[in-house]
Amino acid sequence: MTDAVLQTSGISKSFGALRASRDISIDLKPGEIHAIIGPNGAGKSTLIGQICGTLRPDSGSVHLLGKDVTHQPTRARARAGLGRTFQISSLAMEDTVLQNVLLGALGASGRPWRFFTNVVKDTSLRETAEEALARVGLIDQARMRTAELSHGQRRQLEVAVALTQKPQALVMDEPMAGMGSEGSKLLTGFLDQLRHEAPILLVEHDMDAVFSLADRISVLVYGEVIATGTVDEIRANAAVKEAYLGDEA
Amino acid sequence: MIRERYLNALTLALFVAIPFWAITADEPFTITLMTRAVVFAIAAVGLNIALGLGGLVSLGHAVFFGLGGYAMGILAYHAQNYTPLTEWPFLIEGTKSMPLIWLVAVIVSSLAALVIGILSLRTAGVYFIMITLAFGQMFFFFAISWAEYGGEDGLSIYVRNGFPGLNTLDPIQFYGLCLGLLCLVLLFAWRLSGSPFGLALNAARQVPVRVETAGLDPVRLKLVAFVVSGAITGLAGALFADLNRFVSPTMFSWQTSGEIMIFIIIGGVGRLFGPVVGALVFVALEHWLGALSDFWHIYLGLLLLVIVLFGKGGLIGMLCGREAVHD
Repeated sequence: MTDAVLQTSGISKSFGALRASRDISIDLKPGEIHAIIGPNGAGKSTLIGQICGTLRPDSGSVHLLGKDVTHQPTRARARAGLGRTFQISSLAMEDTVLQNVLLGALGASGRPWRFFTNVVKDTSLRETAEEALARVGLIDQARMRTAELSHGQRRQLEVAVALTQKPQALVMDEPMAGMGSEGSKLLTGFLDQLRHEAPILLVEHDMDAVFSLADRISVLVYGEVIATGTVDEIRANAAVKEAYLGDEA
Repeated sequence: MIRERYLNALTLALFVAIPFWAITADEPFTITLMTRAVVFAIAAVGLNIALGLGGLVSLGHAVFFGLGGYAMGILAYHAQNYTPLTEWPFLIEGTKSMPLIWLVAVIVSSLAALVIGILSLRTAGVYFIMITLAFGQMFFFFAISWAEYGGEDGLSIYVRNGFPGLNTLDPIQFYGLCLGLLCLVLLFAWRLSGSPFGLALNAARQVPVRVETAGLDPVRLKLVAFVVSGAITGLAGALFADLNRFVSPTMFSWQTSGEIMIFIIIGGVGRLFGPVVGALVFVALEHWLGALSDFWHIYLGLLLLVIVLFGKGGLIGMLCGREAVHD
């Protein structure tokens, strides 16, 4: 377990009487895609919130690259190498596509306190930003306003912003949500490659994508991990079938 | 649609041409009016950094305007009476030198903005508006009760402060000085909006969670913007006091905060020249409509309504459309 890039140890979180996370211990190893699946309301977002730092667990700890980050804010975890994409695109819609990736690169550079230089002409930031755009296939849209992008393109941009931070680990909250089958196929292929750069904790509803990508799957039901295993193990697991997969498996 | 850049150039040209006409036509009062517009514009360029870029709806910018005014008033008052501000722990004397007064105005209003910002930025939305308003009222009532510096009556400064190499008593020279400062402040605001800091601040207004996820602190970005914003508005306060040779608690009043915000709304929130266009239009209306009726604010209110309801992005937005994408 020591080689895990990202690890939660027995984290629990309650909102009043609702126990949204119950003693969750999961980890993310180098080079893997670890998918988290579960029905709506299973506590996936709560789990992600605690991993990324927007929520504080009531108990348990979160380790990133071997360091305890349980009490660190989101931005410190980001600087330590945790990249994240959001379920609902969180992009600066009034800004251009390029400006959005530049923000990621700027955050990674850790030097926002420059008031007179032109950020777009900063070659090192711009190289990082354009490289990330090129990788997700948005380089031709660089000068477009983000609000003018299609839904699928916004999802791609989310990934590009995370890439500019040169993350050590990625947490992706439903990156395929609302994408057409063509788009999600492309993104699936992309994530397949990306895992070797940074392991991915993938929360996803698209089961085709999950089954084709995941090295391991954890099933979350009522705030509890009821099973963790390979795709085949999860498909065969009776408890999982009953609780979640139903006819799909 | 007019290109925004041409409209900006036209606005600046007006700020040069009108006083020129005023000299030849021997209309010194027009120069005073234009100076008033320039000083208001500087104050609003300051607020626009917090409001337009940072999304901070501050209803307390009169604090900085007033502090700038009182920095001038107090320093000049002691200088004209030949009394020191304080003799302990060391001697501080008044001054009639504008650069020194500006420096004090900027430092004092930055410090005030830092403290107010740290406390106010713990809140957001309506609460932020209310808490900045509350700070404004605190300073207002403090100034009213500060009898040593005139209390409710304010302070009169008999001779305008000096600037090396200029005769500031000549209206056109003082106007040129103010216009020069406005250009500097605009240059600063323009560079700022395209800078790494501007990019991050702009994003912090729209999606703070994204900025946080990128590893930056959106609250700290906004705090710095608030301080810079307050400093510029403070500078304008010192100029305003020198223009009138008078400071009073009115500079601290919430109406002043509201007016500074109105300039921006008329011209265009977040647009570089929004505050400039807004201040010019406001001063023109104040002069002409004010001559027609004591109730000219009714017409100002109507104009505001029309702009807010039908013109996204103020007058500049109505004339030039959406802001061009930055390069």
